[in-house]
Amino acid sequence: MNFVALRMLTGDRAKYLGLIFAIAFSTFLLENQSSIFAGIMRRTGSQILDVTDAEVWVMDPATKYFEETKALKDTDLLRVRGVAGVDYAVRLFKGTPVARTAAGNFSQAVVLGIDDATLVGAPRTMKLGAWERLREPDSVVIDRAGYNLLFRGEPLELERTLEMNDHLVRIVGISEAGASFASFPIIHARYSEAVNFLGRERSQMAFVLVRPEPGLGPEELAQRIRQSTGLRARTADEFRWDCIDYYLANTGIPVNFGITIAIALIVGLVVSGQTFYLFTVENLKQFGALKAIGVTNGRLTGMILLQALTVGFIGYAIGTGMAALFFEYFGRQIATRNIILMWQNVVGVGVLMFLVVVVASLLSIRKVLVLEPAAVFRG
Amino acid sequence: MQPASTPPPAVRCRSVQKHFGEGDSRIHVLRGVDFEARTGGLTFLVGPSGCGKTTLISVIAGLLDTTGGDVEVFGQTTEKLSGTERVLFRRKHLGFVFQQYNLLPSLTAAENAAVPLLAQGVPRREAFDRSRALLVKLGMESRADAFPNKLSGGQQQRVALARALVHEPRLIVCDEPTAALDHATGEAVMELLASSAVHPGRAVIVVTHDNRVFHFANAIAHMDDGRITHTEQRP
Repeated sequence: MNFVALRMLTGDRAKYLGLIFAIAFSTFLLENQSSIFAGIMRRTGSQILDVTDAEVWVMDPATKYFEETKALKDTDLLRVRGVAGVDYAVRLFKGTPVARTAAGNFSQAVVLGIDDATLVGAPRTMKLGAWERLREPDSVVIDRAGYNLLFRGEPLELERTLEMNDHLVRIVGISEAGASFASFPIIHARYSEAVNFLGRERSQMAFVLVRPEPGLGPEELAQRIRQSTGLRARTADEFRWDCIDYYLANTGIPVNFGITIAIALIVGLVVSGQTFYLFTVENLKQFGALKAIGVTNGRLTGMILLQALTVGFIGYAIGTGMAALFFEYFGRQIATRNIILMWQNVVGVGVLMFLVVVVASLLSIRKVLVLEPAAVFRG
Repeated sequence: MQPASTPPPAVRCRSVQKHFGEGDSRIHVLRGVDFEARTGGLTFLVGPSGCGKTTLISVIAGLLDTTGGDVEVFGQTTEKLSGTERVLFRRKHLGFVFQQYNLLPSLTAAENAAVPLLAQGVPRREAFDRSRALLVKLGMESRADAFPNKLSGGQQQRVALARALVHEPRLIVCDEPTAALDHATGEAVMELLASSAVHPGRAVIVVTHDNRVFHFANAIAHMDDGRITHTEQRP
């Protein structure tokens, strides 16, 4: 009878395509919005992810997330270095000065000042040039997106100059840094130079980057640093989630995306539910005939579920394909780089759409189950 | 005691009652029906609209419960069967021909005729072979792959007849099989029914008020106001 169920489904082309269309677009919207949301949230901690040399981040207890920091005292670095289990600990400056080009273009930028001696925290994925050239005087490494923003339409080229707080610096490398939350250019410089790109404050150190000795886990070291210094010490992963949690709790982003996702879900459920219900109601006479002929309620339920799961699967596959194409294209664009279709969202939306078609079919199944087969005799 | 030459009744109804609704709105549709249909012939159930014909065949087919009396189909009291057993009994022993054909619009003629076999779990290929062979016998060879909306009323009723016969049931119930057809087509359908459905081991009950086809009947049970008023046997 599966054959009969599928032929009944595909026989009414308009409703069949309508159901697939509704589920496909609902899937596309859900996967699209949830993945963009997750991508934006990931951006809040992308600079933490970019630092591969340190597993523990130490900061002032008042610092809650990466974008806004309270400076540490210079002595805090020494205190952290004194904690047992620390392999090395280096300072990190973070500031947001305005960078200007010779042509007059300007943009606020995220400047990361890394340890002069070790260059721990330097970007490791380079598009052009070498991060080791940061040892040269008045040198910076800028990310590719930032370069394109400041030197719009111009080819990637080293030795161009930027001016920050009356300091002229040369670009010695172009990196592939993760996109920042506000899409500002990411500029790496040596600590001793980076502190001059902003108006002078007494203390400039935003973070201490720490690597544990071999055999010691970052969680345990972070715990030791907290106990020994009273500073806030988080593993890189914990700190990244702190940033995400901060934006979730303190911005309207989740609400905005949540509303879109909810609307996509409701529209998908209502449209597919109503269409499927109409489809079944219009076929009630046929279902009645099948009941009279000797098809059990259980078999009819199976037929309707098969129809629902078939349109659900096809619609979901098309919607996921559309979402994959969307992210394949936009993931290659600079402004939307690193925003990807996450497998967790694909699986989650799959479960949601499964529930949508099952709920939609349940309404129809009830109508068929209570159908009196004798009704088939009434002309 | 019945004469040795008389076939046993395939369907026997005794004092069958059926009412719908409760209290003041209760409607008595069957008021103690006694009815028999024998194998090897066509038994017509005739009477004015609203006299209870359709309700009676629904009860006989196990599609409706009675509110009193007994219904036996080939010795089986259908009231004693559970819901599922009744469905399985219908699937195996009954064939239906409906006034409005009730063919599935998205299936071809051959596929429609194969539905009872598919419901029994017969493999698809075998089911289609058997339904196609039957359609050939019914003169529908060239239309076996046509969809119902491409068939005339008479052709659709022939497909419905094939669907009723394909699984070789022992009882066929036809509800106004000629009502939607013109006289000539109705006559042709009845001829086909008489020639292909009538079988020594099979009973055929035809509900109709089309007196132009009464000459096909082996027995005619006249019904009025929820009762069988009289039954006439025909040679």
